[in-house]
Amino acid sequence: MLLNLSPSSTPITLEHAQIGVTYRVLSVKADTRLAHSDQHLKDLGFLPGEHVILKKRGVPGGDPIVVRIGSSNFALRRAEAACVLIEQA
Amino acid sequence: MQENKIYIHPTGPLFALVGNPNCGKTALFNQLTGNRQKVANYAGVTVERKEGRFTTPSGAHVRVLDLPGTYSLYPRSIDEQITCNVLMGRATGEKTPDVVICVVDATNLRRSLRIVLAVERLGSPCMVALNMVDEAKARGININAEKLSNALGLPVIATVAIQKGGDAALRMAIDQALIKRKSATVTHTSTETSVNFATHTPTAHAPAHAPAHATTIALSSAHTATPVEHDHQRIQEILRDLSLDRVIPDLRSERIDQIVLHPVVGPIILVAILFFIFQAMFSLAEIPMEFITGATEHVGSFITTWLPDNWLRSLLVNGIIAGVGGVVVFLPQILILFFFILVLEESGYLPRAAFLLDRIMGSVGLSGRSFIPLLSSFACAIPGIIAARTIPNVRDRMVTILIAPLMTCSARLPVYVLLISAFIPNQLVLGGLELQGLVMFGLYFAGIFGAMAVAWFLKMFTSKNSRVRPLMMELPTYRWPRIKNLAIGLWQRAALFLKRVGGIIMIMTIALWFLASFPGAPDGAVGPAIEYSFAGMIGHALAYVLEPIGFNWQIAIALVPGMAAREVAVSALGTVYALSATGDAAAESLIPIISAQWSLATGLSLLAWYVFAPQCLSTIAIMKRESGGWKIPLIGLTYMFVLAYAFSWVTFNLATRWLG
Repeated sequence: MLLNLSPSSTPITLEHAQIGVTYRVLSVKADTRLAHSDQHLKDLGFLPGEHVILKKRGVPGGDPIVVRIGSSNFALRRAEAACVLIEQA
Repeated sequence: MQENKIYIHPTGPLFALVGNPNCGKTALFNQLTGNRQKVANYAGVTVERKEGRFTTPSGAHVRVLDLPGTYSLYPRSIDEQITCNVLMGRATGEKTPDVVICVVDATNLRRSLRIVLAVERLGSPCMVALNMVDEAKARGININAEKLSNALGLPVIATVAIQKGGDAALRMAIDQALIKRKSATVTHTSTETSVNFATHTPTAHAPAHAPAHATTIALSSAHTATPVEHDHQRIQEILRDLSLDRVIPDLRSERIDQIVLHPVVGPIILVAILFFIFQAMFSLAEIPMEFITGATEHVGSFITTWLPDNWLRSLLVNGIIAGVGGVVVFLPQILILFFFILVLEESGYLPRAAFLLDRIMGSVGLSGRSFIPLLSSFACAIPGIIAARTIPNVRDRMVTILIAPLMTCSARLPVYVLLISAFIPNQLVLGGLELQGLVMFGLYFAGIFGAMAVAWFLKMFTSKNSRVRPLMMELPTYRWPRIKNLAIGLWQRAALFLKRVGGIIMIMTIALWFLASFPGAPDGAVGPAIEYSFAGMIGHALAYVLEPIGFNWQIAIALVPGMAAREVAVSALGTVYALSATGDAAAESLIPIISAQWSLATGLSLLAWYVFAPQCLSTIAIMKRESGGWKIPLIGLTYMFVLAYAFSWVTFNLATRWLG
């Protein structure tokens, strides 16, 4: 898939997103510690082009987090969020 | 082992309701079939397949299956597996559905249409119920059902599952689907009618009805994209064509979440809510409880005056009224607790609470996903243990099943309230808080801490591999609790409780009355007759074991039938003391008797016992069923008895030393 890599929008993972900023999902990768996490994240709607916003970080430790994907809100573990590659929308 | 069973399916076409969690499948099922299955506002309320029937406007008899919600046909947990098995025709005792009704959340089409495409790809004939169109409209999302139907190539019917008659169009469409199906089986030709009824083969990725450009995109990326991504692209096209591709967030829910999920304010709100519930349980229940106590005493003294002093009067007054009446008193408190639990379930707050507690639960090796099953266990461990099906991780699920019985179920309430009323003074402390309510709060926390400690202990042995536990939990839109759902929920709970009272509690009480009345006292006996009965003998024998934790023989007797169900211990104590009483003081309420006859240490020790003891056979049975063997229930029984005895012993000895 072709990515538009301008300096202002370097891909990061959802884990490192800033709260309240709108990002676009680029892709979802697998994590060996989380069985089928990539498939399940896609099932929830983490699909290329979808808009995602980090809403809240849990206290303490910033885990879990709350994100809005499309028009639904999900609580995710940081490790799960680390599987989602995003860029600023 | 090969099972050769022949299942005879009931006749009539089978429709199955399939869709994302929390999109209103069960509400629609209830509306269609007149059932009253539980509905609430969080993902994973339905974890079993439920069957219902109804008659279509044209008179056809139809069977409907309500299935657990799922995000895809790649199941993560047992409840999602159930849905997939039914769709693929692998479910035991059920045929493949003739027509799948895909229930779609109109406020969240982007996500819910994916499951429609996935189901369609399986080859099942399907139709779409566009649910919550009222809520979507209120949020400014106007969906043209006809255009959506054309784009999908499937019939699309707008529904409002929570409104009477909100399923009328769906009933008619089901009729049309039946006609279509019949004509298709007779002539094997598919003529184009007003309703497009598509049956796709599993290989048809790009359906003929899709716009041409969507097909091109699908083909161009066919080598890299998975079916999910395919479907996603197609849905984006459809939404763009219907100008529905703008994401309209639910601002009200976002605003509430700003407060409720706030790192500092959020946990304070959570504790305050729980605290308020326990305070309310005591302060609101006072008047109805007095009324019920008064009524049972009245009936008791009425029978005492009108019946001659014989065995029948003893059975009625000492057995049934003293026993069963002693349990019914606690109905108001159970209903108050349930009212608040139902409000929380309906509002959409529970998954937020699970989010806030995820970290704490993580420290004992569980995840926030265990929270809702454990919270359900406050009602009763049985639905809680079944709800554990939504936990994807097997180890976490087993640990949740093991600790669920430690959550203070409503059957413990009568025991707790009895003992608190007898031993804890009714006074206000700390500027207006009820001391009795505080102690109740403490007992609930003792159960929670006990459960956490057990989970932590189990983590030491079973959680060696540091796998990350999946969370991926949806936070639904906040909704106002619906009065009708609250009323149905409370009514069902009251009916269930009264059924227990009339069933197991009554039977155990009568059985105990027999054991406690025969054989009668020998001539020249000094003590009350019960001491010479079978129950008296059993009680005295058990008292040797239970003496170190401060239990007298009356308590020992009550604990035996109390194994069947926790509340039975209260009715049993009622009967035991009614029969031990000399003279006509039998109809007196239990609270003053035990507060006069037991030491404070004994009362507290029995409270500690009830926090941990596995006094419920149905729970053990359901642990076996859900875990698929005897290992988990046996571990559960053992650790709960050990904890109960240990904590009662410590409580009794500390209380004897310090409180006298």
